[in-house]
Amino acid sequence: MAAGVAAWLPLARAAAIGWMPVANCPMPIAPRDHSKRQDELIILNVSGRRFQTWRTTLDRYPDTLLGSSEKEFFYNEETKEYFFDRDPDAFRSVLNFYRTGKLHYPRYECISAYDEELAFFGIIPEIIGDCCYEEYKDRKRENAERLMDDQEENKDSKLPNMNFRETMWRAFENPHTSTMALVFYYVTGFFIAVSVITNVVETVPCGSTPNQKDVPCGERYTVAFFCMDTACVMIFTVEYLLRLFAAPSRYRFMRSVMSIIDVVAILPYYIGLVMTNNEDVSGAFVTLRVFRVFRIFKFSRHSQGLRILGYTLKSCASELGFLLFSLTMAIIIFATVMFYAEKGSSSSKFTSIPASFWYTIVTMTTLGYGDMVPKTIAGKIFGSICSLSGVLVIALPVPVIVSNFSRIYHQNQRADKRRAQKKARLARIRIAKTCSSNAYLQRKRNGLLSELLDLTTSEEEQQHLNKSTSLLESQHHHLLHCLEKTTAHEFIDEQMFEQNCVESALQSYPSRSPSLSSQEGFTGTCCSCRSRKSIPLPNSSMSTTHTHTQGLQELSALHIQCAEQQGHSSSRSSLNMQPNEVGRFNCRERQITTAIISIPSPPAPIPEGDGHGPPNPGPSISTTASSNIVKVSAL
Amino acid sequence: MTTVCHRPEGLEQLESQTNFSKKELQVLYRGFKNECPSGVVNEETFKQIYAQFFPHGDASTYAHYLFNAFDTAHNGSIKFEDFVMALSILLRGSTREKLQWTFNLYDINRDGYINKEEMTDIVRAIYDMMGKYTYPALKTDTPKQHVDAFFQKMDKNRDGVVTLDEFILSCQEDENIMRSLQLFENVI
Repeated sequence: MAAGVAAWLPLARAAAIGWMPVANCPMPIAPRDHSKRQDELIILNVSGRRFQTWRTTLDRYPDTLLGSSEKEFFYNEETKEYFFDRDPDAFRSVLNFYRTGKLHYPRYECISAYDEELAFFGIIPEIIGDCCYEEYKDRKRENAERLMDDQEENKDSKLPNMNFRETMWRAFENPHTSTMALVFYYVTGFFIAVSVITNVVETVPCGSTPNQKDVPCGERYTVAFFCMDTACVMIFTVEYLLRLFAAPSRYRFMRSVMSIIDVVAILPYYIGLVMTNNEDVSGAFVTLRVFRVFRIFKFSRHSQGLRILGYTLKSCASELGFLLFSLTMAIIIFATVMFYAEKGSSSSKFTSIPASFWYTIVTMTTLGYGDMVPKTIAGKIFGSICSLSGVLVIALPVPVIVSNFSRIYHQNQRADKRRAQKKARLARIRIAKTCSSNAYLQRKRNGLLSELLDLTTSEEEQQHLNKSTSLLESQHHHLLHCLEKTTAHEFIDEQMFEQNCVESALQSYPSRSPSLSSQEGFTGTCCSCRSRKSIPLPNSSMSTTHTHTQGLQELSALHIQCAEQQGHSSSRSSLNMQPNEVGRFNCRERQITTAIISIPSPPAPIPEGDGHGPPNPGPSISTTASSNIVKVSAL
Repeated sequence: MTTVCHRPEGLEQLESQTNFSKKELQVLYRGFKNECPSGVVNEETFKQIYAQFFPHGDASTYAHYLFNAFDTAHNGSIKFEDFVMALSILLRGSTREKLQWTFNLYDINRDGYINKEEMTDIVRAIYDMMGKYTYPALKTDTPKQHVDAFFQKMDKNRDGVVTLDEFILSCQEDENIMRSLQLFENVI
């Protein structure tokens, strides 16, 4: 049930006034609040722990809950205390804020719980002291990223009406959604691999013909390689065009990195087709073939890790920029120094400063090829300083990049785990929802919605009946009952709905069952209920699948009492025994199988206006329904 | 995480402005504050809360109209004062006040008239709350029939719209409606 928002039930009920003028049928009577006015205040302080402080301490911050008159809403007259139903541990930090003026964030506390507490007490989190502020901000950011991931997953959920284009786009973006998408995914992956391997193998020298030295395979088996290339490019072109067609925003798609890579991967082939063996351009053409290697980047669609790497590099752009800048600075400095130091020595390779750049880079990155070495003493000294500083300069930004990468990678792993948990969570929520709706349907069947009993029985019997349901439940169910009356339709569960659909397609029995029309009891029948001519009798198709044995046991206990009241209210209580109910709990007995209990309709259906009169169908019902009554008491 | 925090007027002031006692106001405020610690309800939260009471169907459209009816200042959020004023009218107000509030609820575009489209929207929203599994099964024109019946009753001069006076008059003539207005008075 909506127990979590029980405090809002008065609102929902009051808002039901919006249905009143529209309703055609009169409303059921509201359940009375028989329990004496309980003060829901349990006289404790912040959930039991009493905190004491001076009033002036609290008055220090008048724009918070505790410092302003808002706390009067939480004052309890009898115990002269302010009661807050909140977490006492978190309250400790809140109160310390008033005492010391500094708000601290306890590390063991969950960040969202803490935020809620602060919001409740009207304290803005920016007041958190410097000692705890960084921790707070870090945790907050982590949480926000987590929530953002959740939202993106929500967008993933299947929309009911998607046209072909949207389905295709979704299939492209998330291969795990359908088998076709998965097949497509693997096929493209395979062809990317094939294409890359072909490019590589093309250049390997394989075999030698007697008159020539080794030729690369590409030239030996030209036709085969050409066919392979064509096939791959075909697939890639088709894939690109399909993606272009399915993209929701074509312009944005064409600008995205992946599509540029796709284009660059297939363009050389087409250019090669177009260009003939022209001598001038073939040089440029060869260069273009280099771009074929970009096909390997297409793998980033298939590999999560590659994408993460790319994303990391993007997010570390500032660190990388710093690295580059500092390296450039150092290179220029050291190259200049080395040039002037080696200027003296003869046959030195350091011919100009740009020529020294190569030496400096190789030395700073500790590669040390050895093709350029200083010969003078000054050159050697500066050379060693260069290599030492190189180590330092490069080592600085690297850990930042590494930590970024690991954070993003772990985040992605968390996302996968969360996706699995989310399915379980949604299933739980769905079950809770069906439980709530089932509770109402069961209650209806139990016939506890009969207001007649409310008004005719005495206090204690009423309380006995109400023992099984709390006041909250009965109020909630009354609200749902009002909705039924407004719309003149009833809630039923899925199985019954299907049955009814089947039946209404078949022949329907002409005899009218007043079960529904008599439900209102003496407050008059519902006009639109009356208008239903062909009501398929629920009894005839009542299957024993509804084995609400628990409810039935409860029912039997309650209805034994009903039977006892037969003395003074036989007719009324029999009205409550709707034939379908009787059929239902007689299913247990298996006495009545599928007998059609046709109770004659109440004579002269009561017009809407005079609801208060005594129930007209007096004697007729009780006699013919006496069999029902007997069966009930037999339970 | 909102840093906006709204604090309601004092307890005494609210007590004088509404028909609730101090104790009742306390109870209302505690419930209110529990769901909305920041002191205001926005439409999303309101819809979520309302939907919990109607698990069978979809209560979001009706909740939207309700929200607009509560949010008298039309700024997208309900403060505790708005909440309590509306409840005061609905639970403790006179018949005329209640009917006026209901008229405002139905009059979606606030032009002083209820026309058929507005009424159809409202009735459809109410039927949405029933969900799919009903007996008898809901047909697509059930709301429309309902609206036609309503207009038959309410629109006295047959001009296609219902004014406040027509509405109040027609409701006062109908015993069922009059009785049902008193139904929730003991809610708190």
